[in-house]
This record gives sequence, C-alpha cells and structure tokens, in this order.
Amino acid sequence: MANTFYNEILTDHNIHPTHKYKMEDATFSLEGVNPSCGDDVVLYIKVNDENTIEEASFFGDGCAISQASADMMCDLIIGKSKEEALRLSDIFLRMIKDTITPEEKEELEEAGILEDIHHMPARVKCAVLGWHTMDQIFKDAEEGKVDKYDGKFEQ
Amino acid sequence: MSEITKEIRQAEDERIRKDFPILDGSFTYLDNGATTQKPKCVLEAVDNYYRTMNANPMRGLYKLSLDATEAYEESRETVRSFINAGSTEEVIFTRNATESLNLVAYTYGRAFINEGDEVVITIMEHHSNMIPWQQLCKEKGAKLTYIIPDEDGTISEEKFRSYMNSHVKLVSMTHISNVLGVKNDVKTFARIAHENGAVFSLDGAQSIPHTKVDVQDLDVDFLSFSGHKIYAPMGIGVLYGKKALLEKMPPFLFGGEMIEYVTTEGATWNELPHKFEAGTVNDGGAVGLSAALKYVSSIGFDRIEERELHLTKLMMEEMKKLPYIHILGKETAEDHHGIVTFTIDGVHPHDIAAIFDEHNVDIRAGHHCAQPLMKFCHTPSTVRASIGLYNTEEDVYKFLDALKKIRGEMGYQD
Repeated sequence: MANTFYNEILTDHNIHPTHKYKMEDATFSLEGVNPSCGDDVVLYIKVNDENTIEEASFFGDGCAISQASADMMCDLIIGKSKEEALRLSDIFLRMIKDTITPEEKEELEEAGILEDIHHMPARVKCAVLGWHTMDQIFKDAEEGKVDKYDGKFEQ
Repeated sequence: MSEITKEIRQAEDERIRKDFPILDGSFTYLDNGATTQKPKCVLEAVDNYYRTMNANPMRGLYKLSLDATEAYEESRETVRSFINAGSTEEVIFTRNATESLNLVAYTYGRAFINEGDEVVITIMEHHSNMIPWQQLCKEKGAKLTYIIPDEDGTISEEKFRSYMNSHVKLVSMTHISNVLGVKNDVKTFARIAHENGAVFSLDGAQSIPHTKVDVQDLDVDFLSFSGHKIYAPMGIGVLYGKKALLEKMPPFLFGGEMIEYVTTEGATWNELPHKFEAGTVNDGGAVGLSAALKYVSSIGFDRIEERELHLTKLMMEEMKKLPYIHILGKETAEDHHGIVTFTIDGVHPHDIAAIFDEHNVDIRAGHHCAQPLMKFCHTPSTVRASIGLYNTEEDVYKFLDALKKIRGEMGYQD
C-alpha cells in the first residue's frame, strides 16, 4: 500500500465537516476561488460586540485538502479575536510556504497535519484557500469594503 | 484478421516497450491524451539532426544548410503521405494544433468571415478550437453557434444538418473528443457543410494518434494536429489546408522566409507553404515528427486500434463493476478511442489524481480545457485515463488496483 497523505484526520474533516453550512446571519462572507483547479468556497464569519469570532463556517466545492483545511480553520478561529485569527493564519501560511517552530505548529492544532503540503507544490493553493479568504475578509472589513460582500453569496 | 493470442500480444508489448526508453516500469503512464512518450527512433532522429546537419534551412548556400533544408522538406513529404494530402504545398508546419487552429481563424477567418455570417462548432471542442472562433466572431459581428450533442456525445447526421443554414460559412469540429472519446462522423459532416457552401476545419489533435486520418477521403478543408500527441517532440505541429484556400488566404505571421520580394514600401508573399512559415522553422522538430509518423506507420493503425480497443474494453468492463464510478460518453469501448473520463462518488478529481500519483499511475484531472463541455456533463471536473500504443494489460491492472483503493484511502467504508 502506498504511503498516503490522506490520513484519518484529513479524510474525516472532508467527509464529515463540522462547519460546512451556509450562515444566514454572518457578519462577513466572501467567496474564495482557485480558478485553475475549480476549488470554490464561501467563508462566513460572525463577530460579536466583544470582537470575538462567535461562529465560522464555509460552503462550496473543492478537493479534500481545500475542504478539510477550511473546516480545521473554522475549528481553530471560533472563540478567537480577529487579531488572534490573523496571527494563526500567518503561522499556517508560513508553515505551508516555509517553516515554523514546533511551538507554532502546536498552536495550529489539527491544521498542523497539513505541514506536508510544503512538499506538494501542486496542492498549496488548495490548502491555503480558506485561510487566504479569511485574511481578505478582515482586510476588506478594515478598508470598509465589507458591504460589497455582505450576504452576496447567500441564496 | 487472425486471432491475437496472449503470447502474440505479450511479444508485441515487449517489442514496443523496448522502443520507449522512459517507460522503465517505475510508473504507469496513462495520460496520452495530454502528451505521449517518445520512441528511441524519434530521439535519435532529432539528435542526429542537431549533430550532423544543423543549419538555418532555406537560407544558406552551403552544403550544411542544403542538408537541413532537405531534411525539413523530406519531413514535410512524410506528413503529406501520412495524411494523404494532394501535395506538400498543402502541409504547413506550426508549433501545435492550437497554433494551426489560430492560423485558420486569423487568416481565413478574418479574410472571409463577415458580419452576419455564422461559424458552427460543437460544445465538445477543446478551448483551442473554441476561443479563436469566439474572438473572431466578436471582432466581426458574426454569430458563433455550438452544436449540442446527445447526452452521450452523439451528433447524428440529422442533428448536424439542422444547424446548417445559408449564413453558415465555416464549421470547425473535433474528430475525436478529448473528454468523451467519441468520434464524429466528419466525412458526412464535411459533405453536408460543403453542400451548404461552408468550409470544414477539422481538429485532429486527438484522432491522429489513434486512427487513420486521410484528408482526401474525409474531404476536409483544414486539418490541425500536434506532433507531441503522436510520439513526436513538443513544439512541432501541422496545418493541412486545401491549396485553393491557402492561396487566397493572407499570411499569418510576417518576417523572414515568408516573403518573396521586399522594398521599404511593402512586400510580396512567398509561395506555399512558406507563406505561412515566417521566421526560422523548427527543423529538428519536423525531423522528429517525420520519424514518429514512420514509427506509427511501421506498427500500423490496424494493430494500434486493436491494441487500444482491447485495453479500453478491459478498463471499462472492470470500472463498470464499481457502482461509485461514472464514465462519461458512450457505453461501448469502441466509441472511446482509448479515452476514459470518469468521476468517483464522494472524491474530488484532484484527490483522485493525487492518490493515483501515490501509486505511480499518471492520469489527468481537471476540466481538460473543455469547460463548456464539463458544464454540459454537469460536472466541474473529471479524471481521464488515456491509452497509447505502448500501454499493456499490466498498465491497466495497475490503474485498476489503484482505482479500487481510492475510496478506502479517502475514508469511505464500501
């Protein structure tokens, strides 16, 4: 049997995602697309008055890596502040593109299993799609561009 | 034909495999629809060209350049004979099928398609036989119509006829679909198009390695194909065009070798086929293509078609036993020409390709440069296994072994 990258944590997040649904009352939502491979997810984030991410979900199509990565990200950022979420995203992206310390990897919890993507250039875009989309949501929010996306992809 | 026994097949497999140095057994190559591996004779022909006769063809008045020119023109004759063109003037070397199709759209299209005219293609075209026509029609105010086949890819004569009208000036169509594997009855369609006063352009990129393509028998006006899909190097392709059409078409690219006489005010164009071959040509590529076509001829399409059908049948029969697999196109292996495109329930094509890769089986995942067709098939992307003349039963079994493990590796308990 070949040494497969698709371990149980990854396949479980793909087949039985916890956070894959459309959120009706999201504070922000934004679609992220990888045009070349067709991964397409909408990320929904609800932030409360205390600046805490109360709820995060995603919906869309894509390969197991894109789906599991988005699900693990939602797991990780719920209950965190925007600043904390962005810091974790920075760690994740550095893990995929470069290297991180064992302490940093610990902080990513299950998402740390995607470290091997580092050696799979063709799948980097799949792994980072959800995270990039989150970064963009907060960047747009800061620049006052949120309204443009708010509710746009809810059907 | 006498019966092909297991022994005959194995001996033939062995003989053919020896011709392909890259096929060392460490991987299973089933992405022949994308590009093919190269036999030793092709590699040696290219090597020999650069070692012993490289010079700028058709330029220098010295022996080496004359040798280079001769090699180039001999290659053109090999192509002519392979597709049974009437003369070498009708054989233009290009980079690939994409460039050939663009040449037709840019020169014939821009000279002879006008506002209110109609260009007919099909929904199963590769992007390279779609976007050039989209651009042309947009520019000219012409109408682009897509023939929509039956669910399984069939275009009946009656259906084709229903798309013809007095505005239709050009039909451009694939011979074999790079996704469905289905072969279009282009001989009949070309006849109907001609009766309707339209010219017929054929995209032979997928058919040329699998079946005999005789331009006079099919009576097509243009034929485009790539060398690299028929065991030749990348970067050499062919456009066949009927002489009467090529003569009245303006040049495609301008520069050296395509002119007859130049002044500061203008130029007159060189004769066919050089009018369409501006700049220094790919002589090494042409020599490689010639060697590849001779190699294919030495095996012969009778044997190639039998070999490929035998493997397609084996592959499809086994795949049909797995209820979670869905094959696109027709039920019968005869209508697939070595191309088997499919989906697996619950597993994204990119994950399928990645797991095949873990098992050292090379197949293609994605939209296969045919996004409108994917939409027609109600799927964003698929996986394609495509067979070449060197594939064997062992390759198919390795593919099937990996295939059967995929759902399990993705966490499903079947």
